[in-house]
Amino acid sequence: MSRLPATPGVGFKPQHFAAIRQDARPVGFFEVHAENYLGAGGLPHAQLTALRADFPLSLHGVGLSIGSPHGLDRDHLARLRALCDRYQPDSFSEHLAWSSHGAEYLNDLLPLPYTPQTLALIIDHVDQVQTALARPILLENPATYLLFQQSEIPETQFLQAIAQATGCGLLLDVNNLYVSAVNHRRDPWAWLDAFPLDLVQEIHLGGHATEDLPSGPLLIDDHGSAVADPVWALYAEAIARQGPLATLVEWDNDLPDWPILAAEAARADAILRHAGLAHAV
Amino acid sequence: MPSEHAHFITAFDVALRGGPLPPGVTGPEAERRFAVYRNNVAVGLSAALAQRFPVIRRLVGADYFAALAASFVATDRPRSPVMAEWGAGFAAFLAGFPPLAAWPWMADVARIEHARGLAFHAADAVPVRPDRLTRADPDLLRLGLHPSVIVLPLHHAGVAVWAMNQPGATPGPVPAGPQIALILRDPSWGVPVTAISPADAAMIAALTAGTLTQAARAARAVQADHDPQPLLLHLMRSGSLTDQETVP
Repeated sequence: MSRLPATPGVGFKPQHFAAIRQDARPVGFFEVHAENYLGAGGLPHAQLTALRADFPLSLHGVGLSIGSPHGLDRDHLARLRALCDRYQPDSFSEHLAWSSHGAEYLNDLLPLPYTPQTLALIIDHVDQVQTALARPILLENPATYLLFQQSEIPETQFLQAIAQATGCGLLLDVNNLYVSAVNHRRDPWAWLDAFPLDLVQEIHLGGHATEDLPSGPLLIDDHGSAVADPVWALYAEAIARQGPLATLVEWDNDLPDWPILAAEAARADAILRHAGLAHAV
Repeated sequence: MPSEHAHFITAFDVALRGGPLPPGVTGPEAERRFAVYRNNVAVGLSAALAQRFPVIRRLVGADYFAALAASFVATDRPRSPVMAEWGAGFAAFLAGFPPLAAWPWMADVARIEHARGLAFHAADAVPVRPDRLTRADPDLLRLGLHPSVIVLPLHHAGVAVWAMNQPGATPGPVPAGPQIALILRDPSWGVPVTAISPADAAMIAALTAGTLTQAARAARAVQADHDPQPLLLHLMRSGSLTDQETVP
């Protein structure tokens, strides 16, 4: 299976379709939430088919609930397989999180303790997903607001162990890393140092909001604004170390006009090109 | 026996519904931090419902809609990660929600909005060529319907309420019902809603079961002077008529 190009991409929003078609050099790839394209037909598929003809495509799942203790939703997996068969994406990614309790879907990416038990569970689930989709997937690090006393394994080691056991790649969401580090009063640069960058095949960038707690800021991963400066700095460092990687700008809420989103992608492009030159020397 | 992780997830969900925090979550700010998850789940589900039912949200207001969504979620959470498929039970929920009893057409509007979602995502189909319609013998012509076509008999004048809550429309008195809604997806991906007569509805119901002549006869059984042309024209312009083989 192919890999996403080491270029900037953006999360596709239907509101931007016309502007994208008029933009001579929009971005290097598009990513969509797989669950938004599981209907039978209509405008979503017409737009995605048109985009797929011209651009590499990343399918990003938000509903598999890989961290659930009850087993994966076989029907949902089958529908995702059909979607992969139809669009032949260059990447399929999901989250280190859970989002369903039993048969009920909560529509949010919820956290779990990192223990030997949950590690074994998630390795098993990632194996099942990769078998069902007949392709390796990427697993994304979460933005978290809480830590659990029962967690025994640092998140970076947890992700590394999953990747090593299953052969999956990692999706490094630099905003999530920064949000989690600030929220847990950890040094984001040390967190980045610990992250297994050699397993990363895609990067996500996005905006966050800030609340104030007595102990300091609580950052909320809301994808509702431009990428913050400290996140750009961490991103530039990750790219400088690892070389150019497919980089997605996510903006899901308070959606801006296309030129503003394209400018965020252009900023990532400048960092990628700079690193590309440095690595070529 | 449920695993420790299963117990944790159950406890986390109890906390999401307002119960005590799950095991292992402590500290002076634990409640504030956990509130982010409670808020994300509530806002996320409410926003997903608002996307499916924009006219209901407009009718009751954003704050009331969020409260309605919270009540609905408490009894009818999504059963699939495909959020476009959630909300089939919302109309029945509204119909049984006592504070809304003074607006009996509210559930009709929700049924229309749910059907519009189904039509928007329905499978694609190639429309019949117009010359087949004009040249074929109606005694032999059998037509199909685009998968997006939905005929919805309502209890009240829901189509009128839906229409006067569209952008640019002016509100007026709600006419006496009941109405029948015709919902379909047109070639430019719009999903218009029109009120049709009982005879029109009978014709659509009969259309795929027999010939065009038989469908027109079914309509005349409901209304003796029914003219099939306006309905056929509307369906043809909307790309809603598809091919079936003519009877040999």
